[in-house]
Amino acid sequence: MTTSNTSAVDYNFDVVRQFTVMTVIWGIVGTLVGVLIAGQLIWPALNFDTPWLTYSRLRPLHTNAVIFAFGTSALFASSYYIVQRTCQTRLFGGKLAAFTFWGWQAVIVAAVITLPLGYTSTKEYAELEWPIDILIAVVWICYAIVFFGTLIKRKVSHIYVANWFFGAFILVIAVLHIGNSMAIPISAMKSYSIYSGAIDAMMQWWYGHNAVGFLLTAGFLGMMYYFVPKQAERPVYSYRLSIVHFWALISLYIWAGPHHLHYTALPDWVQTVGMTMSIVLFLPSWGGMINGIMTLSGAWHKLRTDPILRFLIVSLSFYGMSTFEGPMMAIKSVNALSHYTDWTIGHVHSGALGWVAMISIGAMYHLIPVLFNQGRMFSIRLINVHFWLHTSGVVLYIVAMWISGVMQGLMWRAVNSDGTLTYSFVESLTASYPFYFMRFIGGILVVAGFILMAYNMFKTIYAKDGSLKPIEAE
Amino acid sequence: MDYGTLRGLVALLILALFVIIVMWSYSKKRSAAFDDIANSIFEEDELNKQTKQSHIDTNNKQETNNV
Repeated sequence: MTTSNTSAVDYNFDVVRQFTVMTVIWGIVGTLVGVLIAGQLIWPALNFDTPWLTYSRLRPLHTNAVIFAFGTSALFASSYYIVQRTCQTRLFGGKLAAFTFWGWQAVIVAAVITLPLGYTSTKEYAELEWPIDILIAVVWICYAIVFFGTLIKRKVSHIYVANWFFGAFILVIAVLHIGNSMAIPISAMKSYSIYSGAIDAMMQWWYGHNAVGFLLTAGFLGMMYYFVPKQAERPVYSYRLSIVHFWALISLYIWAGPHHLHYTALPDWVQTVGMTMSIVLFLPSWGGMINGIMTLSGAWHKLRTDPILRFLIVSLSFYGMSTFEGPMMAIKSVNALSHYTDWTIGHVHSGALGWVAMISIGAMYHLIPVLFNQGRMFSIRLINVHFWLHTSGVVLYIVAMWISGVMQGLMWRAVNSDGTLTYSFVESLTASYPFYFMRFIGGILVVAGFILMAYNMFKTIYAKDGSLKPIEAE
Repeated sequence: MDYGTLRGLVALLILALFVIIVMWSYSKKRSAAFDDIANSIFEEDELNKQTKQSHIDTNNKQETNNV
């Protein structure tokens, strides 16, 4: 473990190293909580009759841990790394970068403490109470200063496309978080939203879907546009397509939120706008996916020998799958079947475990040896094992949720000839049990993969400098 | 001008902007510059490789390479 690096520019890789290590740690924690609550759905006794361990309190902990602890740490690490390398300059702001690390970890620790205690604003993916919201805003503004400051003092004339995606992600998340979290505090840990009724719902899903669009999509696309070409050792398939991809994606995503509120009190025309924009969104999504996958054209054989590249490319396949599924589920008549069922959970996890987690894992496996002065990871074999554990986990998970979700949707809408419901809710729940178990197994495979990754990471970090040599090509 | 007309015009303006962005990025003139940018992420490695290769004699061009 060392802090020197061989390049001419004195990069600030300390903060990148910190975020990289924490990405893996939070990956384990977040998915482990997920497995626990997946278990609770089968064996309710797993809450041990303690209020802190109830499903309702752990579920937001799981989502916050995977999105804001695991995913966002990966974004911090990769954006700080990429912006320095592509601008060939040290991070702007000196100690401010370190502050974003410690500040962000403080936010996560605060979430881990307050959510199980029951403090919540009840807004999905924005559950944290107002004092933590303020800390998030402060850290995020510092992040923006560091990132855009680095762009301004860059040593090259252009701004590489990955930075455009990171820039949009940082800017829009600031606007979304501050806009949606506007609240009036009534005590130290309780506040009420300044929005009311349908407007509150609209604000919430404007925030919610753009957290998907800008954090879980644009940010990770930034990662993709750097690490896929890097690992494949060839430039991106079409740089021009990446420009069109960027502008199309960011101008469309912002409108898609209302598809979370089909058949609710939201005005009908807003629902239709949301549905239409969601369907059009299919085009830039697939444009980006094709751009990423085609980067490998002429070098497909690398997939056979390089499990890191396999992570990156399979993540793009999952991205393509879930961005086809998403627009389809946004169609009102499809949504009438899918909404409130496990199908939604399956869709989210094909995006989160398939796209977001796999692109991050691939990027981290690429980064760890670079950051800790090694030629490769401690064990390429273990990366391969991780790949198969993770992939089979994700496939088990989403297949289980598809079957369970469509089944629930069909059972809930089934009526007898006299107009009464054919099935009670409990009957649909009982029918879902086998699939909940299948999902639980999928989750265990994913956690096992993350634990292997942590082992591999620490072995790489603590190996003697430069002792892990790149493997000779066959 | 009422609010609805204004919003319609803004929508048209944004559409026009998008078309201009597409035409700009696909113009022949820009082609070489974009190729250079796409390749720019490998520049520093080339420099590193040259300096490394003069000192160490390990080949740096492998499948599972992390630079």
